[in-house]
Amino acid sequence: MRNQFNIFKNLDKITILLFLALIFIGWINIYAAEINESHTSIFDFSQRYGKQFIWIIAAILLGLIILAFDVKFFPAFAYVIYGGIMLLLIGVLLFGTTVNASKSWFQIGGIAIQPAEFAKYATALALAKIIYDTKSKIKTFKDLIKPVVLLAIPVMLIFLQNDTGSAIVFSTFVIVLYRENYIPGWLLLLGIFAVFLFILTLLVNEFIIIGILSSIFLLTAIILRKKPASIRQLLLILLVINTYVYGVSYVFDQILQPHQKMRIAVLIDETVDLRGAGYNLHQSKIAIGSGGLTGKGFLQGTQTKFSFVPEQGTDFIFCTVGEEWGFLGSSLLIILFLTLLIRIILLAERQRSTFSRAFGYGLASVIFFHFTINIGMTIGLIPVIGIPLPFISSGGSSLWAFTIFLFTFLKLDSRRLDLL
Amino acid sequence: MLNQHQSPEIGSRKKNAIIFFIILIGVLYITRLFFLQVLDHRYKIYAESNIQRIITDYAARGLIYDRNGELIVYNEPYYDLMVVPGQVGAMDTTEFTRLLGITRPQFESRLQTARSYSRFKSSVFEKQISKDIFAALQEKLFKYPGFFVQPRTLRKYPYPVAAHTFGYVGEAGPTDIAADPYYQPGDYIGISGIEKHYEEILRGQKGTRIVMVDALNRDIGSFQDGRYDTIALAGTDIYASLDIELQQYGEQLLKNKRGSIVAIEPSSGEILALVSSPGYDPNLLVGRVRSQNYRKLQEDTLKPLFNRALMASYPPGSVFKVANFLIGLQEGGITTHSRYSCPGYYYSGGITVRCRSHPQPVNVETALQYSCNTFSCIQFRNTLELPKFQSMQEALNTWRDHIVSMGFGITFNSDLSHELPGQIGSSDYYDQIYGPRGWKALTVISLAIGQGEIGTTPVQLANLAATVANRGYYITPHVIKAIGTPENLNPEFIEPRYTSIDSIHFETIARAMFETVESGTGRYSRIPDITMGGKTGTVQNPHGENHSAFIAFAPFENPKIAVSVIVENAGGGATWAAPISSLMIEKYINREINRTWFEKRILDAEF
Ligand SMILES: [Zn+2]
Repeated sequence: MRNQFNIFKNLDKITILLFLALIFIGWINIYAAEINESHTSIFDFSQRYGKQFIWIIAAILLGLIILAFDVKFFPAFAYVIYGGIMLLLIGVLLFGTTVNASKSWFQIGGIAIQPAEFAKYATALALAKIIYDTKSKIKTFKDLIKPVVLLAIPVMLIFLQNDTGSAIVFSTFVIVLYRENYIPGWLLLLGIFAVFLFILTLLVNEFIIIGILSSIFLLTAIILRKKPASIRQLLLILLVINTYVYGVSYVFDQILQPHQKMRIAVLIDETVDLRGAGYNLHQSKIAIGSGGLTGKGFLQGTQTKFSFVPEQGTDFIFCTVGEEWGFLGSSLLIILFLTLLIRIILLAERQRSTFSRAFGYGLASVIFFHFTINIGMTIGLIPVIGIPLPFISSGGSSLWAFTIFLFTFLKLDSRRLDLL
Repeated sequence: MLNQHQSPEIGSRKKNAIIFFIILIGVLYITRLFFLQVLDHRYKIYAESNIQRIITDYAARGLIYDRNGELIVYNEPYYDLMVVPGQVGAMDTTEFTRLLGITRPQFESRLQTARSYSRFKSSVFEKQISKDIFAALQEKLFKYPGFFVQPRTLRKYPYPVAAHTFGYVGEAGPTDIAADPYYQPGDYIGISGIEKHYEEILRGQKGTRIVMVDALNRDIGSFQDGRYDTIALAGTDIYASLDIELQQYGEQLLKNKRGSIVAIEPSSGEILALVSSPGYDPNLLVGRVRSQNYRKLQEDTLKPLFNRALMASYPPGSVFKVANFLIGLQEGGITTHSRYSCPGYYYSGGITVRCRSHPQPVNVETALQYSCNTFSCIQFRNTLELPKFQSMQEALNTWRDHIVSMGFGITFNSDLSHELPGQIGSSDYYDQIYGPRGWKALTVISLAIGQGEIGTTPVQLANLAATVANRGYYITPHVIKAIGTPENLNPEFIEPRYTSIDSIHFETIARAMFETVESGTGRYSRIPDITMGGKTGTVQNPHGENHSAFIAFAPFENPKIAVSVIVENAGGGATWAAPISSLMIEKYINREINRTWFEKRILDAEF
C-alpha cells in the first residue's frame, strides 16, 4: 500500500529527463540573451533569468502537485477545468491588462498570468473526455460537432483578446481528431495542401501558380488522352484548385493590411522592409546564421547581447541558441524536441484508456505546433507569429501551463493500468 | 475499451504517419539551419561588421527671404545626443555624466526611458547639446558604445520681428504622426504661420541611411553599398512679400502701444507688413526653450500671442463710411449731386446721432472728407428704403452682399494662419432679435457709421484701402510672394477679385479720400511730397478710451501701398492712427523719414 503514495512510481524517466534538459537549456539561454552588465548573477531576481529560476522552481512544484492528484480526477473533472478556464478567458476580456496590444493578461501582484496558455491544457482534457465518452465505433460527421464546438469557444475568446498567435494554436488538435478517426487522412492531407497552397499564393503571383498547375494538367491530359473520364475528373480538380488560388489571392489583397502583407513578403527577401517587418527576421537570421557550425560559445554572442534581436528572451530565444551553440547546438535542441514528441506519442499509444491516449496526442500536438511555428519563424520559413518555444522561452504562464500539461500526462501514464 | 473500436493496425499506421510528419519538419528545419549557419557566409559578415544603425538625414528646411532678397529666416545647426539602448555597453559612466553635466540617476532614468521606447532603435538622450559639449564629446564618443550625435537644425531669425507671420516649428506630435506617415517621432513640423502653410514646400524630404558600426561604435560604412538608403532633399526657399525694414519700422512705431498695422501692395495683394503689438521675438519659440517661453507668452496679460492684425475684430467706425458710400452710389441711395445740410446731428424717430461742426452743405465727397455722420445716416437710410427693395430683409441682404464682396465678414483663406472672419449684421440676425417685421432702416442706423453689429479685422480694413486704390478689386492678401526663385510667383494668389461696385464709384470715393488727407480730417498727417488718400475712424470702446483707426493708400495716382492702422485706447483716428499710417507710407515710398519731430511724437507715445 505504501506504493499508493509514492507519486514517482512508474513515472517515465526519459520524459522527465527531456523535460529537465529543456528547462535548463531555456534558463541558461535566457541568461545569455538578457545578461545585464550590472547584474551578472544568474540568480539575480531583478532580471529575467533570475525570475525564470523562480518560475522553474514553481513549475516543478506544480508538477509535483499534479502527480499527487488521484488519476481519476482528470477525466472526472475535465469539463469543470475546461469551464473554469473559459470563464477566466471571459474574465480577462473584461478585467485583463493589455500587453503588446493583446488584452490577455491578469496582473496579480508582480505576476502576470495569461489564461490562454492554460486554455490549451483545458481544451486537451475536455477533448479527450469527449472522445472517451463517444462510444460509436465508426465516427460520423455528427460526432464531429461536439469537438468542433469545444475548440471554437476558446479560439473565439482568444481572438477577441487580439492574441491571434495563441488562437491558431488550437488548429493543431486536428492531429488528435485524425488519430481518433474523426477525420480521414486524405482530409488532413488536403488541409495541409490547402495551407501550403495558401502560403504559396501569398508568396508567389497567383497567375504563376495557376499557369504551372494548368501546364501540369495539360501534360497529364496528353498522357491520359485515351481516358476521357479521368481527364474530366482532373479538369474539375484543376478548376477547383485554380479558383481557390485565385480566390485566396483576391480576398487577401482586399483584406490583408499592408503591414500583414509585408510580414509575408519578407519571407522571400527580408531586405524589402529592413526598417519594419523585415527587421526582426533579418536580425534573427544574422544571429542564427553567424553562429556557424559550433557557435560562438556561451555568453559570447554579440547579436543577441547587443539587443538587435527583439524579444530575445521570449519568442526569439532560438536565436541565442543558434548564435552561441551553432548548428550543432540548435540541431541538438531540435532533436531533443523530436525525441520528446515521439516519446509522448509512444506513451500515448500504450494507454488502455482512450482518454489518456487522446490527451497524450493533444499534448504532443500542442508542443509540436509551438515548436514548428516558433523555430520556423526565427529561421524565416514561417511568418512572424508570436508564440513561445515550450519549456525554453522565458515567462511563467507558458512554462507552468506546459509543465502541468506534461505532468498530467505523466500521471495518467504512470497509472495507465488503473484507468479504463 | 482497449482500442476496441479500431483495429490496432489502423492505429499504428496513423501513429507512424504522425511521427513521420514530425520527423519531416525536424529534418526540414535542420536542413534549413545547415544552409543558414554552415553554407551561407553572408550572415557571419553581417554580424562581424556587427551592427546596423539607421540614421535619419534631416533635410535642411527651406530658407525665407523678404521681398528685397533679405534673408529673414535661416537654419542654425546643432546636435542631439542619441542613444541606442541595446548597444550601450561597458563604459565610464562617471566621466560621461560629468561631461554632459547630468547626475547618475538622470543617466539611468533617461536610458530607461529610451529602452522603454525601443531597445534597438535610437532615441534622443540629450537635446541640443552645446558646442562645447559637442566638441568634448566627439573626441571621446568611441568610448561610449550606443551613443552617437545627430546633426539637426533650428530656425534662427536675424530680425526679431514678424513672429506671428513666420509662425513656428516644433516636434511632430502624435496627431501629426497619425495624420501623415511621413512624420516620425522627433521630426519637425511647421505648427503655425508660414511654417505651417508652406510645410510641404519648406520641409524638403528627409533621407535615411543604414550604416554599419563596429564594436567600438565607429561608422564603418554603409550597409550593402547604400542600396537601401534614401537621400535627403533640402526644402525649397520661399520669398515672403514682407518688406522686413517696413515690418521692423511698424513694430517700432507700435512699441508700448496695443494695436496693429497692415500694409498691402494693392496691385498684387502682397502683404508688406503685418504688425500686431505687443508682439514677441520669434527666436523665443525655438528649440528646447520653446515650450517654456510659449507658456510665459500665453500667461502674459497683454496677449502677445494673439495676432490682432488677423484676429481682433473691431467695429470700424467712420472708416466704414468708405464702404457705405460706395454702396449708396451703386444702389442709387445717393448720387454725386446729392447735397444735405448738417445741423450737427442726425435726428429721426427718437434716435439722435451726433456730428461735429464742419462747412455746409455736404455732398458725398465733402461728407467723407469731414466724416459727416448726418450725411452718412441719410444716405444709408435712403439706400435701404429704396422702393426697388420689396422688404427690409432684401435691402439689408443687398447691402451685406456688397460688404462681403469687399472682403468683410469672411476669411481670405490665404496663407495667413488663424485668420478670423469678423462679423457683419444680417437680416436673419435682426429678424431673430426684433421679429421679421419688427425692424426698419432706423433700427440699424448705427451700421451707417460703422457701429453696431459689425466687426472687422485690420487686414480686412487694409484690404478695403487696397480695393479703393485699385478702384474696385482686390487680390487676396497673402504673405508669400514667390517660391523657389524670386521670379516664380506664388500661383495661389494672382486672381483679381472684383467687388460688386462699379469702378466709377470707386473713383469718386478715392478722390474724396484724397481730399480727406489734403484738407479734411486727415490733413494733419499729409506728407509734403506724396499724394495719398485716407479715412479716419474712431472705434467706440465701451470698456475704455476709444480706439484710433485709419486707412490709407498712396500715391494717389499709382498706389504702391495701402495701409490700415488701429491703435487701441488712443482716442481719435486723426491723432494717432493717421500719423502712423503716413509714417509707414513715407518709410515705404521714400525709404526714409524727413518729419523727425512727427516721428518722435509717435515713438514716445504710450497707451
Ligand atoms: Zn455733419
